[in-house]
Amino acid sequence: MQASDHSPSAVLKGREAFPHRHLTGISGLQPHEITFLLDEAEQWVGANRAHAKSDKRLEGLTIINAFFENSTRTLLSFEIAGKRLGADVVNMHAAQSSVKKGETLIDTAMTLNAMRADVIVIRHGSSGAVQLIADKVACPVLNAGDGRHEHPTQALLDALTIRRRRGSIANQRVVICGDILHSRVARSNILALTALAAEVRVVAPTTLMPAAIERMGVTPFTDFDAALAGADVVMMLRLQNERMSGAFIPSTREYHLRYGLTPERLARAAPDALVMHPGPMNRGVEIASSVADDPARSAITEQVEMGVAVRMACLDILTRSARGVEGWA
Amino acid sequence: MKTLLHNAVLVCPNGGERPGSLLIKGDAIAGVGTLDAPSDAVAVDCGGKLLAPAIVDLGVFAIDKPAFAAGGIVRAALMPDQSPVLDDPGIVQRAAAIGKPELWVHPLAAATRGVGGSDLAEIAILRDAGARAVATGRHAIADAGVMRKILAYAADCGMAVIAHAEDTALTAGAVATEGETATRLGLAAAPALAEALAVVRDLMLAEETGARLHFRQVTTAAAFDLIRAAKRRGVKVTCGITPAHLVLSDIAMTDFRTFAHLSPPLRGESDRQAARAAIADGTIDVLTSGHDPRGPEEKRLPFADSQPGAAGAETLLALALGLVRDELLPLDRLFALLARNPAQVLGIESGTLTQGAPADLILIDRDAPWRIDADAMRAKAGNTPFDGLPVQGKVVRTFKGGVEIAF
Repeated sequence: MQASDHSPSAVLKGREAFPHRHLTGISGLQPHEITFLLDEAEQWVGANRAHAKSDKRLEGLTIINAFFENSTRTLLSFEIAGKRLGADVVNMHAAQSSVKKGETLIDTAMTLNAMRADVIVIRHGSSGAVQLIADKVACPVLNAGDGRHEHPTQALLDALTIRRRRGSIANQRVVICGDILHSRVARSNILALTALAAEVRVVAPTTLMPAAIERMGVTPFTDFDAALAGADVVMMLRLQNERMSGAFIPSTREYHLRYGLTPERLARAAPDALVMHPGPMNRGVEIASSVADDPARSAITEQVEMGVAVRMACLDILTRSARGVEGWA
Repeated sequence: MKTLLHNAVLVCPNGGERPGSLLIKGDAIAGVGTLDAPSDAVAVDCGGKLLAPAIVDLGVFAIDKPAFAAGGIVRAALMPDQSPVLDDPGIVQRAAAIGKPELWVHPLAAATRGVGGSDLAEIAILRDAGARAVATGRHAIADAGVMRKILAYAADCGMAVIAHAEDTALTAGAVATEGETATRLGLAAAPALAEALAVVRDLMLAEETGARLHFRQVTTAAAFDLIRAAKRRGVKVTCGITPAHLVLSDIAMTDFRTFAHLSPPLRGESDRQAARAAIADGTIDVLTSGHDPRGPEEKRLPFADSQPGAAGAETLLALALGLVRDELLPLDRLFALLARNPAQVLGIESGTLTQGAPADLILIDRDAPWRIDADAMRAKAGNTPFDGLPVQGKVVRTFKGGVEIAF
């Protein structure tokens, strides 16, 4: 594995380096702020690979993972990140809670606020729900995915993975293929990667491509083969069948034929192109197992590893002000 | 009792703009122009302010007397999707009576029972109970066969049909117009074309049936083009708009501002410019507030979960006067959009400063500066997308049937 050649940002220090109270999205972040988050996460990669993984800097703090939408891997990643930093982590499966009894989202947020959480990590099925809560609570809020809007830590872990494997993000040709319309992962990745000067191509059938996507600085394709030419990174998205109420595609068989990443198709990309997937994968639909499991090309498990490091960095940074870390008052 | 309003600038959709006086006798206008004061009249010096017909607001969702009085609205056509729905003669009668004496509520009969979109309501009975037109409510009629029957039957009954124009198959689940803003925010969106598709269907049905058709809100370039062409062919069609679609584009939804969650949703800038052009060239006939006060229970939610609508009664006139300042249309024609034309759709005698017409009047300080403040609104809820906007023009006195209404 190639280590990043990216040196930590040295220009801005403390609060100046990341002046935001919350992390609700990549939108609104400056390129140097994204780089700062990646640099901080980089440090946790090494620490996590060490034998003793615990760090006590968040000891005594309470992190609430409020997941209004079911998730396994993201919740686990946040839980591990919080615990490795020494925080008390509480998981709230809001999808089965008082929300179903008619409590509003703001009521829930105010309840969490009254319990004096130090960080609230939120996943919600509605775009903008995290921002709504962030406006109402006293502690930092971290977006773990809101509707089809943003999933910032996923974009950061993807960017970190690319940076470590490719040495840089700038000038990399990144192809994002799949259900762009419903994907918060795609939106956050587009924002992060274009901010860091990557060339981003998005690929989907027109039925799964949002309008005016090119205004986000990407080039849309409907032909996967054409988009793959010279690609340095191929990022596959899960076909989100649960979000598809109408006939977006005729069948998963046809989808695989046109948009499935197979070894033959991958040959159109650069010889050392990286394959990524945020998981969970539909093997044989958007990605062939032989591609997903190829250790030379696939960075899928590394993405999961980077996820913990990125989330540790975010939790650390967002609590620095409250913890009175020098320069973060 | 007689009242002489003198030293005014009279603004009438039929008579133009000129200095003069207006005499009220009883509940009607007894004279207008250069008048000598009758000895038995109470004289009111208007101080050179504008004296105009009071606003007839076509298609509101709530009876909100304080907001209407402050906004210069003395007649409000109430949309049928109330609770209970205006599909029963007793409910229509009650709605018609509920505003009196300060406000005349003109109920709009539900076109279909329960505004369900399938079975015709008792349109003739509802007319006899006081309904002034037939309306489809917040949503379009999905079934073309049902819409055809509504138009034909309403024409038999001598009533206009007020339609919501959005193709329901395309707008299902959508809360925004497709475009950069909806894409960036990750909001479910429908193409602007959904409006034109509905408009073209209903225009063709109105043309075939000979019905009077009014689109409560038209907001896209493609739909305006269709209506322009239909008017040239002689189709009995009119259309309206609210100030929001003339002043704001979909950018106003940025940061998930639920006060900018409207139905139809805010459009892109090119459609907004098309709407302004349609005001200028006369394609748009009616300016309405779309008054729909929504409390925090309906607005303090994630954007997609919030209810569409804005409280518009108090801001209608000030925003409309902005169109005159922008030289999109002259003042007298503005009052055709605000008063005469909506009255004509409803088939009521109001909206002009002509002798014998009801003395429904407003006195306006056209230059009075103020700032729209959601927290200070008189409406049942202050959900306005214009919060904080500086505007000019305020109603200073309102008369309904010759009687001054306090606000």
